[in-house]
Amino acid sequence: MPDLADPVSPSSPALFRAFLEMGLSGFGGVLPFARRTLVERRGWLSAEDFNETLALCQSLPGPNIVNMSVVVGARFEGWRGALAAFAGLVIAPFCIVVLLASLWGRLALTREAQGAMRYLAAAATGLAGATLAKMIRPILTQTPLSGVLIMGPAFAAVALLQLPLAWVMAVAAPISVGLAWIRER
Amino acid sequence: MKPINPILGVIAFQFAALSLLAFGGANTVIPEMHRLAVERRHWMSDTDFVALFALSQAAPGPNFLISTLVGWKVAGLAGALVATLAMCGPTCLLAYLLAKVWERYKHTRWRKAFAAGLSPVAVGMGAATFWLLARAADTGVILIAVAGVSAIAVLFTRLNPVVILVLAAVLGVIGTL
Repeated sequence: MPDLADPVSPSSPALFRAFLEMGLSGFGGVLPFARRTLVERRGWLSAEDFNETLALCQSLPGPNIVNMSVVVGARFEGWRGALAAFAGLVIAPFCIVVLLASLWGRLALTREAQGAMRYLAAAATGLAGATLAKMIRPILTQTPLSGVLIMGPAFAAVALLQLPLAWVMAVAAPISVGLAWIRER
Repeated sequence: MKPINPILGVIAFQFAALSLLAFGGANTVIPEMHRLAVERRHWMSDTDFVALFALSQAAPGPNFLISTLVGWKVAGLAGALVATLAMCGPTCLLAYLLAKVWERYKHTRWRKAFAAGLSPVAVGMGAATFWLLARAADTGVILIAVAGVSAIAVLFTRLNPVVILVLAAVLGVIGTL
């Protein structure tokens, strides 16, 4: 784990490259790759930093990972960094998906392609689950009680009761922030 | 000079509005996007939309790509570009402005409380999104095993996830032969 004493501050080109890599590898969701790149490989963010940044980005509307590229980029290199990270993340997937769409009729209806896609989707689900487990870990080690009391109901409200995310956010966030406010004293 | 296609303005406005509703990520507005493209604007058939969605899932990258493809279907490359920028622009600006505040007050008590408090909410909602996606996925003993092995490999080895995905895709092709 490279989250040690010496904090690394990436340049804009480094941000562009890192997010380009994430965008290109992010089959079935970029989040697992974002965490791996930013936390585990480059050590630009600690595990807690990553969770907190993600939380900020999830509390905003819009694609979370795109918001995250802007926030992480801005944090290290201001608006240039934000632009570099955003462009890096979006450019390759944009070109690939438009290219795929132009080839659609010929490519996607073969049995082999469909088989590959089903297995790919299953593996991507596994990756997403593993990333989730890694994100739950720091919460459970640092604030186990309030962590469970907030994560559990937030999960149940969205997954089981299927309430709109904005409502769940509006109720759960003030309670959770309030609890943390008391704890921080 | 070629006049600018007025439909681009419509795309820009509609996707910017959608992005501002997308609390919890781009996936949450896919039903709304479907209503917009198929029922309200008659840009495409239901089957077209589903095909575009599958395509967007098959490509690497963030999950807003479905909006890129809707734009592409309606107005070609320009449409794809406008839809993508409209889907990302407004919220990126918001994120940028908030990020500055977020950094500046890094060491204050309310900022710490905000960060520590938002984390479990976000992770709980992330778990819910994962649950809903996993339930919608194809099942079957082999596919569940593939998912399980992938998860274990990511948690307990330093294997690059791309390797896992490629292996899974190869397995999928072999399975159909």
